[in-house]
Amino acid sequence: MDSVPNPWFSLDYLTRNWSEVSEQLWIHTTLTLQAVLIALAIAVPLGIAARRIPRLAGPIMGTTGVLYTIPSFALFGLLAPFTGIGRTTVLIGLVAYALLVLVRNIVVGLQGVDRDVVDAARGQGYTSGRMLWHVEFPLALPSIIAGIRIATVTTVALVTVGVVVGYGGLGQLMFRGLQSDYRAQIMTATILCLALALVFDLILMLVGRALTPWTRRRPA
Amino acid sequence: MSILSDAWDYLTTAQNWTGANGITSPTFDGGWRFSRDSILGLGLEHLWLSVAAVVLAIAVALPLGIFLGHVRKGGTATVVVSNVTRAMPTLALLTLFAASAIGYGNQAVILAAAIFAFPPVLTNAYTGMADVDPDIRDAALGQGLTRRQVALKVELPLAIPLIAAGLRTSMVQTVATVPLAALVAGGGLGVIINEGLATQRYGQVLAGAVLVALLSLGIDAIMARLQRAATPQPLREAAMAA
Repeated sequence: MDSVPNPWFSLDYLTRNWSEVSEQLWIHTTLTLQAVLIALAIAVPLGIAARRIPRLAGPIMGTTGVLYTIPSFALFGLLAPFTGIGRTTVLIGLVAYALLVLVRNIVVGLQGVDRDVVDAARGQGYTSGRMLWHVEFPLALPSIIAGIRIATVTTVALVTVGVVVGYGGLGQLMFRGLQSDYRAQIMTATILCLALALVFDLILMLVGRALTPWTRRRPA
Repeated sequence: MSILSDAWDYLTTAQNWTGANGITSPTFDGGWRFSRDSILGLGLEHLWLSVAAVVLAIAVALPLGIFLGHVRKGGTATVVVSNVTRAMPTLALLTLFAASAIGYGNQAVILAAAIFAFPPVLTNAYTGMADVDPDIRDAALGQGLTRRQVALKVELPLAIPLIAAGLRTSMVQTVATVPLAALVAGGGLGVIINEGLATQRYGQVLAGAVLVALLSLGIDAIMARLQRAATPQPLREAAMAA
């Protein structure tokens, strides 16, 4: 079976196919960014609503739990007849999954804000809008950033499932590598995927640190 | 909605449940396997793949997590492991295994799923053991218990609620991951979805998705019961509050 050399690592593959690899890497990167940003734009108001109107918290958290049991594989497939094959379908699926993680962390973060702090702020005459942006939101920020990091890293991994509708970024390379039994192609795509997740996570960690300088001055 | 009615038709056709030739079919080497045209057969195969993967993960992760948590070492390593596996696409592992000596089919699926079932068990066992109140440990040691007894008779029972929660997460997650197996010629309910996609019968895709979701929810409910049963009585209220 292995009469033809079929190495796992091949620099030759990368140099010869760089245009294709970089194209899929670009798709993968932009798709991830777009999905997380859209999900964030929807999750913030939802999370705030769940916090402000406690009756909504149960249904919002419950729905997110159930949605997570639907396999991504099936979700992409189900969207296909309505939104066609391609980017939009994958994007909707990615936004849905990222949304779950984000809403959860925003709600948990806001719930974790010390009641005494809120009372003190109210006593000082903060209106509810100002309280949200100047007191509750900054205090919930570490939890929210943790949520964004998890959502981003899982989204990078999830993009590959887009293969089902022919738009999986690096997953496209993995699947084609499998079909043509080309190990270097699968391995290269896998490593690039992990590297992309790592880079995103590092950037977000640094952004998080810059946004929450007070968390570093905590007594050890 | 033709997709909805197609899905309904698919789910209400008796032959789709039992298969044309029964739940299992013979293989060429005289053995048997689950039929790929029977919901019952595929469902059982799905369960078998998930359970095999989780058992494999438990066999390694549970002793390791309990030991590391007891000696309170390797906390960073467990976090790194769980972060890396989160970034690792399931598809990548499946294709890597399928293209390697392991080959296509259920073996690659069980191994890949086991790797994803690993982190929740490990981190929860570690945290459960490591977070036991140091005063309790000291008291137990002061009463003359050996370190081994402290680990097994004091820390472990206190860590059970978290360990059980880890097993539950791991199991539910695995049931929802196994459908990808169909992409590398594995079995399980993903086969229904994959077949539907390939033939553009989206009603069948929906039916497959519903079946997987129901199975996950059912497993979650069972695991929740087991979790409750495994938790020692005095710890139950604290576990529910957490």
